[in-house]
Amino acid sequence: MSALEIRKVRKDFGSERVLKEVSLAIDSGEFLILVGPSGCGKSTLMNAIAGLEPVTSGEIHIAGEDVTWRTPAERDIAMVFQSYALYPSMTVRGNISFGLEMRKMPKAEREAAVERVADLLQMSHLLDRKPSQLSGGQRQRVAMGRALAREPKVYLFDEPLSNLDAKLRVDMRTEIKKLHQRLGTTIVYVTHDQIEAMTLADRIAVMRDGHILQLGTPDEVYNDPVDMFVAGFMGSPSMNFIAATLEGAPGRFQLRIVTPEEDDLVLPWPRQRETPAMTEQVGRDVVLGLRPEHFSEEDERLAGQAEGTPLSARVSVSEPTGADILLRLPLGEREVTARVGPTCRVAPGERLALRVDMARAVLFEQANETRLA
Amino acid sequence: MSLTSSRPRVARAASRPSSAGRLQAWLPRLVLAPSVAISLFFVYGFMLWTFILSLTNSRLLPSYEFVGFGQYARLMANERWWVASTNLMIFGGLFVLICLALGAFLAILLDQRIRQEGALRTIYLYPMALSFIVTGVVWKWLLNPGLGIQAMVRSWGFESFTFDWLVNPDMAVYTLVIAAVWQASGFVMALFLAGLRGIDDSIIKAAQLDGASLPRIYLRVVVPCLRPVVFSAVMILAHIAIKSFDLVVALTGGGPGYASDLPATFMYAHAFTRAQIGLGSASAMLMLGGVLAILIPYLYSELRGRKHG
Repeated sequence: MSALEIRKVRKDFGSERVLKEVSLAIDSGEFLILVGPSGCGKSTLMNAIAGLEPVTSGEIHIAGEDVTWRTPAERDIAMVFQSYALYPSMTVRGNISFGLEMRKMPKAEREAAVERVADLLQMSHLLDRKPSQLSGGQRQRVAMGRALAREPKVYLFDEPLSNLDAKLRVDMRTEIKKLHQRLGTTIVYVTHDQIEAMTLADRIAVMRDGHILQLGTPDEVYNDPVDMFVAGFMGSPSMNFIAATLEGAPGRFQLRIVTPEEDDLVLPWPRQRETPAMTEQVGRDVVLGLRPEHFSEEDERLAGQAEGTPLSARVSVSEPTGADILLRLPLGEREVTARVGPTCRVAPGERLALRVDMARAVLFEQANETRLA
Repeated sequence: MSLTSSRPRVARAASRPSSAGRLQAWLPRLVLAPSVAISLFFVYGFMLWTFILSLTNSRLLPSYEFVGFGQYARLMANERWWVASTNLMIFGGLFVLICLALGAFLAILLDQRIRQEGALRTIYLYPMALSFIVTGVVWKWLLNPGLGIQAMVRSWGFESFTFDWLVNPDMAVYTLVIAAVWQASGFVMALFLAGLRGIDDSIIKAAQLDGASLPRIYLRVVVPCLRPVVFSAVMILAHIAIKSFDLVVALTGGGPGYASDLPATFMYAHAFTRAQIGLGSASAMLMLGGVLAILIPYLYSELRGRKHG
């Protein structure tokens, strides 16, 4: 039985349809991330699950019960807000126990719950402080503690880390993941940060314009995107889209990439990645999707044995990040980004021999940006 | 480059000020001096003079024959002063409490994302734009048993209806409360509304998820957040109450008899119409004491709060 099931939920604001028939199901203990650009409807969906926004049509089930028309309080959920939303006039202890008090839990049990949560999040020393005396990270912790104390069926996180600075965000991210692994809670988590989505999720739902475009594991969404939007949204630096022409026939498809002032580049398409749909597209313009890490510098020691298709290009910019180097090089009409090892010594303007891992490349139709192969 | 070259010049200017530099340093003080002098003389000077007069036996004209705290002793024995002080307690207490309750209630209603909020806000706030004299005169007509509400209800056929607080010595002070609440509650509403708007929406959402009912959300979560607003509102209302003079003059004239006197009208009556300057000054000093008793804790907490950031 799924912990949370959303069936054909629609939400209109006036004449504007913000959610268009969204359906998804989450298993108990699963960590689902809703990700998408701002305005894609992910926060609206979150509010609909919480009961803070009534849906226009559709059903929401939590643990098998239809809660579509129940109040937020009756749904047995807890939410962590972006602004933390701590009660400013109460101490940390008061903040954590308020929800328990409202649910008429006896005082002794309430105190035990506060102690348990404070131990779990290592904030026992903060219990008697007011939210205004806490740092951003501590407030975030209290907000999580408040949610954990109630032990609800589903946890909702609404961009919980976006108000923290970069370093703290990474620490808290790890902490949330540890917490989920320890407690096995069911979590729906909204973010616009695709790295958060990749690192935390069991499954990711990529949303755009009120639709779920793709629902899958981080690996599926990253390596097997359904269209150019998902492919471009996930990953940083984002996937390179290279305009190409599809040539050949089944068994020997190839991609011709026209680069100004250079010879045309022809990349053979691996046979095992062929799809029937490709046949119809022969002779048409397609888009080749290559992630920066699908490029690698030619290693002379592996000469002859290295996998991938060789190509060479003139480097225009080299950006070392420490762990690796990002190179910008012209390929087709636009520049692409390639991620190479930190030892690759190349000066701007020099030609570099590279290999492309075509087995991991993806191919899109140019007209409607959907996946071809 | 320009930064390094300008530095020596600044240093020289500081060590050997030119006449222009000296003028620049003194200019703010020169500009402010007249208003400082005027307020020193007319506010603090007259305060001091009033205190001196309160220690003398001045009657129609100021005299400087000191009688110690004799005037204060006379004041304490004066029945009319006690009526005025009791009235201030009743008027001030009710005025502040009703304004706060009504203002907060109106603000909460107005905060429910309703249509035409701007227009409604203006309507409620408008009485504050009127002078207390106007308010007093309007309510004098409304409350006049022969002209206003009582006459109207009787003309509808309820012959026995009586609403004669204005001419009833026991109730006259409450008519002041009605008029003053009408005037000031819209202002308090505006203060509360601003406070409510400052509260993060998601706090209310969080409380909803925590299972609190709407009245509880307001009582336990929202209103405690409004404590600074309540504090400012009480300060403003309390000092309006203490210095209330025009409303009494326009609405009841302190009457019937002196049943609705407030300290301010008492002071005016004795100092300027009954030739008791000494007694009037003593009552003025007690009013000042009352204002300071409210103001000093307020300033103290405000300034201390700022330091803690």
